[in-house]
Amino acid sequence: MLTVTPLHIIFYIFAAIAISSGIAVVTAQNPIRSVLSLVVTFFAMAVIWMMLQAEFLSLVLLLVYVGAVMTLFLFVVMMLNSDREAKYGGFVHYLPWGILILLLMTGLIIVALFPNYFTLMMYSSEANSALPVQSNLERIGTLLYTDYVYPFEIAGVILLAAIIAAITLAHRDPRRRKVQDPAKQSLARREDNVRLVKMPAENPIKRGDNDANAH
Amino acid sequence: MPTLTEFLILAAILFGLGIAGIIINRKNLIVLLMSLELILLSVNTNFVAFSHFLKNEIGQVFVFFILTVAASEAAIGLAILVVLYRKLNTIDVQSLDALKG
Repeated sequence: MLTVTPLHIIFYIFAAIAISSGIAVVTAQNPIRSVLSLVVTFFAMAVIWMMLQAEFLSLVLLLVYVGAVMTLFLFVVMMLNSDREAKYGGFVHYLPWGILILLLMTGLIIVALFPNYFTLMMYSSEANSALPVQSNLERIGTLLYTDYVYPFEIAGVILLAAIIAAITLAHRDPRRRKVQDPAKQSLARREDNVRLVKMPAENPIKRGDNDANAH
Repeated sequence: MPTLTEFLILAAILFGLGIAGIIINRKNLIVLLMSLELILLSVNTNFVAFSHFLKNEIGQVFVFFILTVAASEAAIGLAILVVLYRKLNTIDVQSLDALKG
C-alpha cells in the first residue's frame, strides 16, 4: 500500500537527524555541545517544515531561532563559565526515570494515534498536490493582517515587554567608570572647592640651604 | 509524501525527549531551558502538520504566535538566569533551595 517516494527518504533521514541530535541535547555533558545539538535539531525540523509547505515558518525558525535565540543561549553558556557545573551528579540516578517518562509519553501518544482511535488516514496529502494559487507567504500574510491583526499587535507588545524586562533584569549600574554628573557639577559652589591660604608674601631662603634640603 | 501519522509520531518523540530532559537534568538550568525549547518545537511541528493536511493556514498563524512568545520567554529566562548566577554564583538546579521545597 505504501510506496517509498524520495520524500519518504528525505523525511526519514531528517527525522533521524532530529531525534539523534535531540538525544544529544538532553544527554550531552557539556552545555555548549548541548546548544549546538539543539541548532542541528532546529535545522532538521526546518527541513521537515519545508516539506509540509510551511516555507515562511521554516525560514523564520532558522533566522529567529538559530540566528537569535540559540546565539543568546550560546552567549549565556559561555558567559556563565559553567565548567564547574558540567560534572554530572544526578544524571545516572535520574536516568531510569527519564527513560520511563520518555517511553510512557511517547508510547501513549503513538497508541493514541492508531487508526482505530483517531482517523488520521482520511487526511491524505494527495489532494494537496495541486499547485496553490497563492504562495504560503501570501496566505499567512493575508490572515495575519486581516483576521489576526489584533493578536499580531499584542505579540508586538509582548516582545516589547520582553525587551524591557530582560534589560531591566540584566542591567547593572556601571562600576569603576568615570562619568560626569551634571547635577553635581551645577550644584558645586565656589566655597566647596576653592581654599584661600594666607601666606607670607615672600620668605627669603638662602640658595645653598634649599639645594641641601632637596638632596 | 509521508502521512500525518508519521509527522505526529516524530513530534511525539521530540516531546518525550524534552520531558525526559527536564527530569534527567539536575545540574544545569540552561539545559532545562533548552528542553523547553525542544517541547515547543514539537508542539509547533504538530501545528504545522495539521495545518498542511487540513489545508488551513490558521495553524501556521498560531505557530507564528507561539514562536514570538517562546522567543520572549527564552530572553527573560536567560536574563533571570544571569541575575541568579550573579547572586548565588551557581546555576545548579539542586542548590536553588531557598524556598525549602
